Amino acid sequence: MPFTTLSELKTRLDAGETTAVALAGLYLDRIAEHNDNLNAFVHIDPAHVLAQAEASDAYRAKHAPRALEGLPIAVKDIFCTQDGPTQCCSNILKGFHAPYDAHVITRLKEAGAVLVGKTNMDEFAMGSSTETSAFGVCRNPWDTDRIPGGSSGGSAAAVAAALTPAALGTDTGGSIRQPASICGITGLKPTYGRVSRRGIIAFASSLDQAGPMTRTVKDSAMITAAICGHDSMDSTCVSDAPVIDWLGSCDKTDMKGLKIGKPKEYFVDGMDAGVRASIEEALRRCAELGAEIIDISLPHTEAAVAAYYVIAPSEASANLSRYDGVRFGQRCKDPEDLLDMYTRSRDEGFGSEVKRRILTGTFALSSGYYDAYYIKAQRVRTKIRQDFIDAFEQVDVIATPTSPITAFKLGEKTDDPLTMYLSDIFTIAVNLAGLPGLSQPCGFVEGLPVGLQWIAPAWREDLILGAASAYEAATDWLQIPAGFGGEA
Amino acid sequence: MEIDVRKVAMLSRIRLTDEEAAEFGPQLSSIIGYVEQLAAINTDGVPPTAHPHDVAMPQRADVVTNSNRRDALQTPAPNTESGLYVVPKVID
Repeated sequence: MPFTTLSELKTRLDAGETTAVALAGLYLDRIAEHNDNLNAFVHIDPAHVLAQAEASDAYRAKHAPRALEGLPIAVKDIFCTQDGPTQCCSNILKGFHAPYDAHVITRLKEAGAVLVGKTNMDEFAMGSSTETSAFGVCRNPWDTDRIPGGSSGGSAAAVAAALTPAALGTDTGGSIRQPASICGITGLKPTYGRVSRRGIIAFASSLDQAGPMTRTVKDSAMITAAICGHDSMDSTCVSDAPVIDWLGSCDKTDMKGLKIGKPKEYFVDGMDAGVRASIEEALRRCAELGAEIIDISLPHTEAAVAAYYVIAPSEASANLSRYDGVRFGQRCKDPEDLLDMYTRSRDEGFGSEVKRRILTGTFALSSGYYDAYYIKAQRVRTKIRQDFIDAFEQVDVIATPTSPITAFKLGEKTDDPLTMYLSDIFTIAVNLAGLPGLSQPCGFVEGLPVGLQWIAPAWREDLILGAASAYEAATDWLQIPAGFGGEA
Repeated sequence: MEIDVRKVAMLSRIRLTDEEAAEFGPQLSSIIGYVEQLAAINTDGVPPTAHPHDVAMPQRADVVTNSNRRDALQTPAPNTESGLYVVPKVID
């Protein structure tokens, strides 16, 4: 039961075979049993979870069930919720209770979902391993000496170990897709502007996007359908976004006529040979399913990491200026004056990776360097967007590895920030171009999951949902990590 | 490139300990050294991208939609008094 998909749970609820209270109890028990080992959740309020489940069962007794009626969904600690703390896994927000719900939280509640708790993450979503959390590292269910990926590592680990059937993450440079890949589950970053960012603690506003992390492609589609759509309070949430058939797109079982681009820049020296072999094998499978595999080039791929590590820290340095010890967040003890209060509150409240990014961004935006770094990176961003526009003249979708490596050991890359940054090399360009991207499991190397990434033109999530559904139907890579067992 | 990490930290309003300054200085130089590869890319005549989609800034009707939630919004503040935020003395 715990490893059942979200859509199957919905079927069982709708058939009266189980109740929201029973499901909430099941997953709360699993969290109680396994969370000490994984540290996937940083906040759980069982009484509140059960109260939501009771309310959902009461609603179902009187009305037709809503889209996510009674289904447990966890959310990353980056989403503002009026219930319980919202701390972004940072000391500077320790004890912060948001005075409003994020738009996507409102949408989940309106769809009848039961919010399970807050999941662990890299502090302010800055990281690729969930090791920079102020609440301690999160561990990978496939090997608890290894990282779950990041920054949405808690959401990924929780879904992989079935502590929840689904979770929300956010993705600024790969933070949904990379941990989904590393933990062997499915994660979707929608097109930039598809989902409102209101009430999601901002990291880099032109890149951030929320999305689902689930066991199957259809489960991701179910959640995205419920959370997407215009929000008049986020001016970057596009009001006339093309509407797609989220669930219908997941019915595909073949790839006849689909042109899949295979970019040569994503199959490079230095990537893990086992990962490469898994992706090559996955593409052979796609060809068997009727797809045409076409070699393409995205020439500015390598520049994407460099452009990202100018643009994202620059936006972060501006966004994080709000943590000044005045309106919310921690204030240092006995400040001598205003400047001492700002500088000491921020030194005490932020962890090292957050400081590094603020310093990098402040440098790139500072007088004398702004044109050479920030504006230059934005011009390169235009070229990266153009690469994809050109590629989609030839192909319908693009398939790549999600990460060049599988889960590495805890502590292995914490000494060298630049090496850590390079683990996002295959996910970053998608954010810079604002495109939808999905990672799904496609194999194992030495017992560790490998992820296949699908990229589509803006607003064409239907294309990647269709391709990923067909691949999922033809393969059997969604597996249960040993030690977290239970029948499916 | 040599970066004056103390100056950047002051612009960022972050007080660094001596240990942090010693650690972050070389790391910043290494990160900035890496991103300098951007200079080799020809971007003559290429406009900068600030936002992924070319959409006009939407406007909504000029009517008041929000209520006064001052108390709720000030609840997370470290120190308030009479609806005002209290900070250390700014003017002598």
